[in-house]
Amino acid sequence: MSNQGKVDCGRRRLVVATAAVGGAGAVAALVPFVSSLLPSERAKAAGAPVEVDISKLESGQMMTVEWRGKPVWIINRTKEMLDTLPKLADQVADPKSEKNQQPAYAQNETRSVKPELLVVVGICTHLGCSPSSKFKAGAEEGMGADWLGGFLCPCHGSTFDFAGRVFKAKPAPTNLEVPPHVYLADTRILIGEDKKGA
Amino acid sequence: MTMAGGNYEKYKSDGSLAGNVLEWVDARFPATSMWKGHLSEYYAPKNFNFWYFFGSLALLVLVIQIVTGIFLVMHYKPDAALNAAGVPVAFASVEYIMRDVPGGWIIRYMHSTGASAFFIVVYLHMFRGLIYGSYRKPRELTWLFGVGIFLVLMGEAFFGYLLPWGQMSYWGAQVIVNLFGAIPVIGNDLSIVIRGDFVVGDATLNRFFSFHVIAFPLVLIGLVAAHILALHETGSNNPDGIDIKEKKDEKGIPLDGIPFHPYYTVKDIVGVVVFLMVFSAVMFFAPEGAGYFLETPNFYPADPLKTPPHIAPVWYFTPYYSILRAMVWNFFGLDAKFWGVVAMGASVVIFAFLPWLDRSPVRSIRYRGPITKVMITLFVICFFILGYLGTLSPSPMGELISQVCTVFYFAFFLGMPWWSRMDKFKPVPERVTMK
Amino acid sequence: MKKFLIALLFAPVLAFAAGGNVHLDKWPGSVSDKAALQNGAKLFVNYCQNCHGASYMRYKNLMDLGLTEAQVKENLMLAGDKIGDLMMVAARSDEQKKWFGATPPDLTIIARARGEAGNAGAGADWLYTYLRTFYKDDKRPTGWNNVAFEAVGMPHVLWELQGTQVLNHETHKLELAVPGKLSPAEYDKAVSDLVGFMVWMGEPQQEFRRTLGIFVLAFLALLFVVAYALKKEYWKDIH
Repeated sequence: MSNQGKVDCGRRRLVVATAAVGGAGAVAALVPFVSSLLPSERAKAAGAPVEVDISKLESGQMMTVEWRGKPVWIINRTKEMLDTLPKLADQVADPKSEKNQQPAYAQNETRSVKPELLVVVGICTHLGCSPSSKFKAGAEEGMGADWLGGFLCPCHGSTFDFAGRVFKAKPAPTNLEVPPHVYLADTRILIGEDKKGA
Repeated sequence: MTMAGGNYEKYKSDGSLAGNVLEWVDARFPATSMWKGHLSEYYAPKNFNFWYFFGSLALLVLVIQIVTGIFLVMHYKPDAALNAAGVPVAFASVEYIMRDVPGGWIIRYMHSTGASAFFIVVYLHMFRGLIYGSYRKPRELTWLFGVGIFLVLMGEAFFGYLLPWGQMSYWGAQVIVNLFGAIPVIGNDLSIVIRGDFVVGDATLNRFFSFHVIAFPLVLIGLVAAHILALHETGSNNPDGIDIKEKKDEKGIPLDGIPFHPYYTVKDIVGVVVFLMVFSAVMFFAPEGAGYFLETPNFYPADPLKTPPHIAPVWYFTPYYSILRAMVWNFFGLDAKFWGVVAMGASVVIFAFLPWLDRSPVRSIRYRGPITKVMITLFVICFFILGYLGTLSPSPMGELISQVCTVFYFAFFLGMPWWSRMDKFKPVPERVTMK
Repeated sequence: MKKFLIALLFAPVLAFAAGGNVHLDKWPGSVSDKAALQNGAKLFVNYCQNCHGASYMRYKNLMDLGLTEAQVKENLMLAGDKIGDLMMVAARSDEQKKWFGATPPDLTIIARARGEAGNAGAGADWLYTYLRTFYKDDKRPTGWNNVAFEAVGMPHVLWELQGTQVLNHETHKLELAVPGKLSPAEYDKAVSDLVGFMVWMGEPQQEFRRTLGIFVLAFLALLFVVAYALKKEYWKDIH
């Protein structure tokens, strides 16, 4: 065009205005598409808190329940199991559970509300495998003579103690996660929510 | 005119980082030549009017359908089995999208409104071609690719309509697939091959899903590219139907041509905004399109044991459906059902022959006489009547009217070599006019 | 002869039903009346959901009617259901088929399904008419028939509220033979509320959809103004 060289302020201003308004519209139009990628109401309903009856869980036993599609372990620890915890303080990576892997009410030595009852998400914090239980101390489970009992992740060999604390120099970066949970009664736990009633 | 892949100079960097990147790319990929050949130095006639919006709008709707389709496929399930509530999974998954997926209802309504919008803009685009003679030499291939797009689009819409697995989806597919049964000898086996079952069922749903989301969109995109490439090879027609390339300046630029970009980009943006306003008005205030875009029986899940009282195809198929129903005579020992299918197929395919049926010395309706104007008007009226009758239950009166319209529909095309030559025509101007 | 006469008297009704041309009373309600919708929800849960599911809805959606989670849980949910659950019917569909000969249809989107080509909103009118035109008919296995839905398979579930209507064969009008708990005006209001709930349930976000539509159109109008000014600016070169 003959007048291409001329800087036309009015024209430029209109180009910018149209691009700005149109761009804002394009971004707004993205909202339904991006939000459709979020968990749906069905996923949220499936992730609703789960109520668990633990009256039949005997000392030394473990049960697994599903919450949000993940295994949640409830372990009724024996006194011997609990006794291993202080001994391992210098072998685990985060003995005092300082990293944000549990609600405040489980930030203690046993990582639980009630000392014997551990509620923990059974998913290795490394790459998401589910560790297997190696409860027996010593070489019997192939874990070496100094093993005091805990969990071994089969994928990359991370090991955890009876409080779900990860041992030092293992691929998993943090302790197993303690989900929000609350005791509705002595033998009923609600997993996924802290407050009663809701 | 120089075209894409032609002799454009490669981009020379001004030394900036962006310039260097562009120079690097341009040495390896025809970026500059594509930009210039198809946009900034594609010279389009300066007298495009209202009717010339619908090509770019069709492209816009194609993009809307593809993008919304990609997101719908993430949540939709092509499964005819019943869920715990006794509802087919496919049907329930559509309501799941409408209710449980955040923003899902917007995406679904965009897609369902887009389906009807696609046919509206494509019909208007075809009408433009018809009145301005855009199909005529040298643009026959552009037209043929366009007819191909139309055929594929009809298939795409038909397959897509089964997916919600409602009553209309189911029985519509049942009827259309059974049409193939009318073909002598191979008919019955052919319809079984199409369905993958003896009735429309889960196998049918799954293969239609595959066609709808993979096969047909791929072909559609390929044909659209070919349509545009062919158009840009010959250059665009215009409402005066004259060749702008015959009058060029000393640089070889058509005197009546203007670069597509920026002139038609800024103009098409206005068209796009107006289109989006109409689109949004439907989508947000009448997403059912008064029961024509989303047919109400399709809010019932498919029930193979119960045919709805009245089955009508979606509005964009009803003209051809009327032509199908209009054929009630047995010829040559073949029954009416077969001829109905033949007539319906012919009514769509016959568009492909337009470039060779039209013998008028001028292209545009502007310079053609009363016969053309009357014929096109009657054709459009017949098309609307056929379309309307196709939404109604069969009736003796409707049958008669649709027979008359069907006869005229074919007479329009088959008689064109004669009536187009018989007509008077006015002298065509040297240069385009800005009306 | 007597049978023939009865058939003749019924003929208009039958013809209407067959043609789908029953005169429909206009549904007087509105989906923006939250109190009416809440009442409709209660009627739906108490009278309809025993046999019909609303299986695309979650109980949680009922909170959009202005109810709290506790209110939904106490008044509208079956025992043992969770707030995020779908509003399923208690009976299993295959068992229902055994009892009724057919599975009662899911009602989540019945108001949309009952619409007509050219009038997508007719579904509400149909439901409003249907639920008010049951009449006693001993020839039917259930003892009930309906003007809007000839030979309907469903008995009149709301008869306690409406009372018992009979069809006057001379005037072809319905007459209230035994009054119900509600006066005719109260009953019409209750049905209107119930229909309102079903219209709302057909598309719970419909009010939001319209509101959003207004914003979208307003935005596009703004975009039109700048885009049109831009087009004018460029095209002033072209003569």
